[in-house]
Amino acid sequence: MFSKILIANRGEIACRVITTARRMGIATVAVYSDADALSPHVAMADEAVHIGPSPAAESYLLAETIIAACKETGAEAVHPGYGFLSERASFVEALEAAGIAFIGPPAKAIAAMGDKIESKKIAQEAGVNIVPGFVGEIADTEHAVEISNQIGYPVMMKASAGGGGKGMRLAWSEQDVREGFESVQREGLNSFGDDRVFIEKFIEDPRHIEIQVLGDKHGTTLYLNERECSIQRRHQKVVEEAPSPFVTPQMRKAMGEQAVALAKAVGYHSAGTVELIVSGADPTGESFYFLEMNTRLQVEHPVTEAITGIDLVEQMIRVAAGEKLALTQEDIGIDGWAIETRVYAEDPYRGFLPSIGRLVRYAPPVQPWSGDLRGTDGVRVDDGVAEGGEVSMFYDPMIAKLVTWAPTRDEAAALQVEALDSFGIEGPGHNVDFLSALMQHPRFRSGDLTTGFIAEEYPEGFTGAPASEDQLRAIAAIAAGMEFTRQARANKTSGKIDGPAPLTSDWVVWNDGQQYRVSLGEGHALVDQQRIEGTCDWQPGMRQATATGNGLTMGLQVARRRNRWTIATHGRRHEVRVLPARLADYTQHMIEKVPPDTSKMLICPMPGLLVALHVAEGDAVHPGQPLATVEAMKMENILRAGKSGTIARIAFSVGDSLAADMVILELE
Amino acid sequence: MSANIPELERRRAAAKLGGGEKRIAAQHAKGKLTARERLDVLLDEGSFEELDMYVEHDCVDFGMQEQKVPGDGVVTGSGTIHGRLVYVFSQDFTVFGGSLSRRHAQKILKVMDMAMKVGAPIIGLNDSGGARIQEGVASLGGYAEVFQQNVLASGVIPQISLIMGPCAGGAVYSPAMTDFIFMVKDSSYMFVTGPEVVKTVTNEVVTQEELGGAITHTTKTGVADIAFENDLEALTATREFVAYLPSDNRSGVPELPCDDPWDRQEDSLDTLVPANANQPYDMQELVQKVLDDGEFFEVQPAHAGNILTGFGRVEGRTVGVVANQPMVQAGVLDINASRKAARFVRFCDAFSIPIVTFVDVPGFLPGTAQEHDGIIKHGAKLLFAYGEATVPKITVITRKAYGGAYDVMASKHLRGDLNYAWPTAEIAVMGAKGAVEIIFRKDRDDPGKIAAKTKEYEDRFANPFVAAAQGYIDDVIYPHSTRRRIALGLRKLRNKQLANPWKKHDNLPL
Repeated sequence: MFSKILIANRGEIACRVITTARRMGIATVAVYSDADALSPHVAMADEAVHIGPSPAAESYLLAETIIAACKETGAEAVHPGYGFLSERASFVEALEAAGIAFIGPPAKAIAAMGDKIESKKIAQEAGVNIVPGFVGEIADTEHAVEISNQIGYPVMMKASAGGGGKGMRLAWSEQDVREGFESVQREGLNSFGDDRVFIEKFIEDPRHIEIQVLGDKHGTTLYLNERECSIQRRHQKVVEEAPSPFVTPQMRKAMGEQAVALAKAVGYHSAGTVELIVSGADPTGESFYFLEMNTRLQVEHPVTEAITGIDLVEQMIRVAAGEKLALTQEDIGIDGWAIETRVYAEDPYRGFLPSIGRLVRYAPPVQPWSGDLRGTDGVRVDDGVAEGGEVSMFYDPMIAKLVTWAPTRDEAAALQVEALDSFGIEGPGHNVDFLSALMQHPRFRSGDLTTGFIAEEYPEGFTGAPASEDQLRAIAAIAAGMEFTRQARANKTSGKIDGPAPLTSDWVVWNDGQQYRVSLGEGHALVDQQRIEGTCDWQPGMRQATATGNGLTMGLQVARRRNRWTIATHGRRHEVRVLPARLADYTQHMIEKVPPDTSKMLICPMPGLLVALHVAEGDAVHPGQPLATVEAMKMENILRAGKSGTIARIAFSVGDSLAADMVILELE
Repeated sequence: MSANIPELERRRAAAKLGGGEKRIAAQHAKGKLTARERLDVLLDEGSFEELDMYVEHDCVDFGMQEQKVPGDGVVTGSGTIHGRLVYVFSQDFTVFGGSLSRRHAQKILKVMDMAMKVGAPIIGLNDSGGARIQEGVASLGGYAEVFQQNVLASGVIPQISLIMGPCAGGAVYSPAMTDFIFMVKDSSYMFVTGPEVVKTVTNEVVTQEELGGAITHTTKTGVADIAFENDLEALTATREFVAYLPSDNRSGVPELPCDDPWDRQEDSLDTLVPANANQPYDMQELVQKVLDDGEFFEVQPAHAGNILTGFGRVEGRTVGVVANQPMVQAGVLDINASRKAARFVRFCDAFSIPIVTFVDVPGFLPGTAQEHDGIIKHGAKLLFAYGEATVPKITVITRKAYGGAYDVMASKHLRGDLNYAWPTAEIAVMGAKGAVEIIFRKDRDDPGKIAAKTKEYEDRFANPFVAAAQGYIDDVIYPHSTRRRIALGLRKLRNKQLANPWKKHDNLPL
């Protein structure tokens, strides 16, 4: 067994690998860029080596620098995590040449599976079902159009070396192919240094289900059940679970055996994932097709760990050290249900736009993961950030992974809601409310998933999870109780001229245009004459609190500005106002201020760089027409006209840096 | 039973009706509460005790003797806010447009006088069309007497003005001399001469809102401190605000029970200052993480954003916070920032509120605009204010403290009681690049040498230790311990005794 390993990665996955290595008694070496000097993975490791400036291309992607760091520290093996160098065959070869072990599959297997075109051919030969598409290199846009027309729309254009949602574009028509093909090439070149693109049939109502495989160097290859990752947004996974509500034992066996066959065909060892696209419309479960094989540890591996009890990182390390798997296919069971949600720095209330910045407050629901595969009471948080850290523009905007385990799917989802309620994040925008909404969504609970779930269920964007009348009344009681607590403390000030000032227990609360009359009592409240038994532990200064009432428990994220409170719970942000009941009548005289009409403005949705303006002043535009392109987080975002009109004024020019909410141009 | 009792009831009812139901409806239609409703919101329930309800004007010109309304357009008296005594006057726009008569002025003077005698804040709710023209010079005299009383009360009791309607002409000068002015958006305005006169004299066409609305005065001019959405917000916020203020210049700061641990450690502050010296960070975060419960009541939030001023509490006791804000113009001191902070510091000093100063200042803003508008005199105001202040002064330098701005920002040399620096502090005459270009002017064409010398200058001065070696910094502290160190310092400084030499008054560079 190795005595010291280097983790060629950052963030949560570096922390996760270090945790297992430490448990195994293996010393760890972290590497870090300028931006990560103060990151938790650096502090966690036994040693840390600085490897360069913040951009990944100048640090985490430099194979030679990583190898030099191994030599410098005497690390005997490298765990690559995911992303960065994890699927670069040349890196594995360079490590081998330097006599350093790679904790992952052989270079040959990476090379074979890393190319989306090549991998399909191999899969087909190994007897794996594949999706109709064009296997080969595409010369240019014209060629792409020709191929797409042959396959029939819709088709998907993908950067050959792409992954993780980058460099992919759906085309519903020839027009879309013409508009998007070069952009896919460009993104492929910019993100992966490879501008090859391939095109395939797009399967409607698809589910994304993948098989975890694990093999050793002695000919044993197992499948560790499936994960379903159908809840995606723009091809980025948001929710993953294991097992899948769609998969039957027969289907699991068929998928697993094909996955193992493919792994064996390329001489695979270590952990890997065979991603399949499954038609949910076919109840036989026979319509599953090979998508790609990820020759690395997946982001969502913890759900597999939770249901199988197998620490995948430990297995990877053991396999890399030459050990035989101590497991057989019969040992692989399914115990309970696990769900992972990805907490991203993106704002669902603003079209999911990426957000970066300092984590002014970061309070996960449980202590950082310490090694128990099912976390603390079924809640596991894998993260690599800390309060005061930065969600940087240089890397992936994922803040944390929240994994829950419970005997049943419903319980695991309910545990998600509970944990998300007490996930405190301030600074960058984040998707906690959205994740909670998904976990409560009846269609999610029913298991009727497709990769189009988010687009179908939130066509107009996200405005918060629906709240029941009971919840709304509870929120009213909670808000009134908080204001009461504040006022009660204020009344304890020094310098009073007489005894305790009387404090009312009758309040009026406004929430989303609705008015609630609250009468507070000891351990209960009357809200619009309906009695709620319960309490809330909030005290002045608390940003997080718990309320229980009428059998409901709600974790609350609380912010206050004067008599306006923001209470986030169960996937919804409640903006409420509270006043003593005796003053309530006065509000009828207050004039609601009408915010300025922004529908005729193009507002920059996130901080970024204006890379293109597609119109000039005086141009007539129609809805949906591209107006400007803003690059943020290395993604090109095309901003389109919301309504028709004429461009009246353009405030910026190409190359300008834009802050969120800046008005780029105005229509008339 | 005395026959006067029904009469008393009749008179009370008449007074409470003010200008009558029609005018009250008109007031409401404008989104405004009446004078009495406002007091109902401002003061603790049932605490308002009215004075001079039956005062009437004594004007006999222009038929005024036929029109009398008890109270004469202003409701005055006292009440409590969270149990603490305050005096109030609330102008009643429904009675003669809230115009100021001699008797109206006398009512205001009476409560101001009472407030000064007993040591309680005076809060004025302004909603007045201006002078009672029918009274002529008597009304002007009334104004002047209020002005005089404002001057005498200044520094004795906190004076707060809420502008909740028109406030024009001479009327503006009473609020102008009070400590804080709050305005209500869209329904209040302040100007010396209104749009009609402006148009006649200068041909400028401008709306009331643009000329002197809440937005104008809280962003551009800095005449007012905070703009609120409506009457209710302004009044409830005033309650919250008053809770921070001492009742007068002898009482000391009020104290609230506090559950927030005095030694709360904030590890995240260790990463607040970015590695790159030119990258901004939000000073609000430091301020909020140091203060009790993260609560910071900011004063002038929309004006001169390069400096933050406001109140918070440490261990339940009020402190005044002044902090350079690197997010806005790198936190540079300019005319507006200097004036804003100077006035705030002087308020704190006058009322024995300890001052906590957070420093990250690259210097004074250069340029003809600033120089020609007199930044010398305006910058000197802040210098003067800090220099004369005898209250406890604790200063924390987080990053840059360059040049004269270092001296100004509550430095040791201005009798700072505890001057701390974070390890990231750089106390120097200027940034290394500028310094080297001056010291080694002859080498300016030799980039190699300049770079070497810049490095040398940085190594020498881009740290807090040179200043600490000279005793200008009392200690270099970990950012995470900032709250604990400030809390300890404030405890120890509670009995600070320091007096300036006897003088009639100083001569602040106005």
